[in-house]
Amino acid sequence: MVNRTRLNLVKMAAVVGVMFLGSAALHAQDNVFTGTNTGADRIRIAAANFRAGSADAGSLKQTFDSVLFNDLQNAGVFDLVSKSMQPQSMPGTPQEMRLDEWTAAPVSAAYVAFGSLSVAGNRVVVNAYVDDTHNAQYPQVLGKQYTEAGDDNGARTIAHKLADEIILRLGGGIPGIAESKIYFVHAGGGNKEIWMMDYDGANAHAVTHLGTISLSPRVSPDNSRIAFSSLGRDGFQIRMYSLLLNRPISFPSGGGTNLSPAWSSNGQLAYSSSRTGDPEIYITDANGSGARRVTNSRGPDVSPTWNPKTGSQIAFISGRSGLPQVYIMDADGAGVQRMTDGGYATSVSWSPNGQFLAFAWDRKYGPGAPGGQDIYVMEIASKRWIQLTNGIGRCDFPSWSPDGRHIVFAVGSGARAEVWTMLADGTGKHKLAGTGSDMPNWSFR
Amino acid sequence: MRLQTTRTKSIVTTAMAAMLLLAGCHKKQSAPPPYTAPPAAPAAAPTATLTAEPATIDLGQSVVLTWHTTNATSVSIDGVGPVNLNGTTNVTPSNSTNFHLVATGDGGTADANFRVTVRVPAAPVAGTSSDLPDDATFHAAVPDVFFDYDSYDLNPAGHTATQQAATYLNQHSNIKLLIGGYCDERGSAEYNLALGENRANAAKTALVNAGVSASRIRVISYGKEKQFCTEQNESCWQQNRRAQFNIDR
Repeated sequence: MVNRTRLNLVKMAAVVGVMFLGSAALHAQDNVFTGTNTGADRIRIAAANFRAGSADAGSLKQTFDSVLFNDLQNAGVFDLVSKSMQPQSMPGTPQEMRLDEWTAAPVSAAYVAFGSLSVAGNRVVVNAYVDDTHNAQYPQVLGKQYTEAGDDNGARTIAHKLADEIILRLGGGIPGIAESKIYFVHAGGGNKEIWMMDYDGANAHAVTHLGTISLSPRVSPDNSRIAFSSLGRDGFQIRMYSLLLNRPISFPSGGGTNLSPAWSSNGQLAYSSSRTGDPEIYITDANGSGARRVTNSRGPDVSPTWNPKTGSQIAFISGRSGLPQVYIMDADGAGVQRMTDGGYATSVSWSPNGQFLAFAWDRKYGPGAPGGQDIYVMEIASKRWIQLTNGIGRCDFPSWSPDGRHIVFAVGSGARAEVWTMLADGTGKHKLAGTGSDMPNWSFR
Repeated sequence: MRLQTTRTKSIVTTAMAAMLLLAGCHKKQSAPPPYTAPPAAPAAAPTATLTAEPATIDLGQSVVLTWHTTNATSVSIDGVGPVNLNGTTNVTPSNSTNFHLVATGDGGTADANFRVTVRVPAAPVAGTSSDLPDDATFHAAVPDVFFDYDSYDLNPAGHTATQQAATYLNQHSNIKLLIGGYCDERGSAEYNLALGENRANAAKTALVNAGVSASRIRVISYGKEKQFCTEQNESCWQQNRRAQFNIDR
């Protein structure tokens, strides 16, 4: 009898304990981990100015040094030694490297990137090394030679390649993004054309010259095509531009207005089509054949984005319950789940690791309502979200970088819009492209 | 044996502490609700329903209006006048009409609506000739349809406008129509294009229901890409939330 009472007490204690632990665990985790700030210290690294290996290397070396520095700074995984703290010496080879200069305070670097840049004929040649300053006997962790065309762009390309190599080796095995591209809409002269630029905003230039309004550029996973929608005689239709042929290629129209294409990682397209009179999400292959409809609800269904990790789910925006909200579903249209709980939510983008959605959200939408439209990130499993922008203007069209550590987005709208980037935890915001730039889309790699 | 007792005691203590903590947590979340006096039993609110049979007639035919109300003291129907609390009547509308019933009782008022569509035969009017009217004439006869905020359903003014447009188009069967869907500058560009498509299609559906052939109508959504008015205020935004009718030349 006594034993049984005791047993019951123990059982009860266990149940209460589990409940308590459960609730404690829920309350302890009220942040969302995006992978950029996981508690581990950032690696302290120095990017030395490279040694000029030939007399005419001057301006190219300057470009190279600053691009390499910015790439490592932008990566979000390094604590970069500022240029003003660096030693005066400029080692060009491992033999010239004196590690004690770089380990002493205030430099205190764990790693140093250094080397030489020379111009040979019309080529630029970079010998690059990375040393582990705490391993005096065998310090070298990287030694590579790069050759590109001997112009500013060549120097820039080598810096991006070297930065990506360093980020891959020291940044947790995730490839860097310094060689990725950003596609966007550029407004000018009453038209909107598709433009592209490097991930850091350099080399911005027009891709299309269609003389109409083109929107929603989405580059294919292999960087060979851009899908977008363009205003023609029959309204907005999906258009396709080949980056290999440098010209538009055909894409069939199924009738109605066709909008907001999205590539899956295996090359299928999802887009919104109103061929039935009501905008619904359709899926086709890359050439537009085999169209099948996957949503069925009255009201706008638009802006699909695939889960890049699995390719088996689609997030999209729907006005089926009034103001637009973020929904997810399986790629066959089953398992529809509403993700946002109100307000005005648009322009959803799925993170490369499959765990997060980024979207634009105006949580108090309506005439005269306080607050504005900002970028939010939601963890899909828990539906917990964090706000990444605040007070910098109306934000829209977030797009994840291939490494999932960055988000590019538009600030402002119409002719006043700009393209900005930030780390996925909302830090490091800066402008990439000026007024008239909108709807950015980050390449898959 | 002794050890076991101690352990059990400590578990019980832990459990109680946990319960206390839980209770503490719980208490914080539920502040006592503010006191409100129980409301006096109100008079039951009236209810009203109104239907018509058939809902669509040709010009000159009549329809039977049927209505039921509860908890009402007086009932009236616009265009018919005061009527019994429940009943039926015959009406012969000369054009499409929204019948609006208001039931008033001690508990407030209730209203009910029913729309009767009258098919007006296309009258042989000048304009069946091949030349098209100029844009000013056309826009005067076929007004644009304006929409409520973030809505693609026709409001009463929108119904009136599309009926007027349908009447004109049924008389001028040579005109092909282009309906443009537009949105105000707030909101997101991709979503607004889809919303504009729904707006233009709502106007198209109303025209088709009023007898205009669907093959004469083309629909284009411009979203917020083409604006009629670029100031940032409600009257301007209202200007931009529209379905615009144009001659499809």
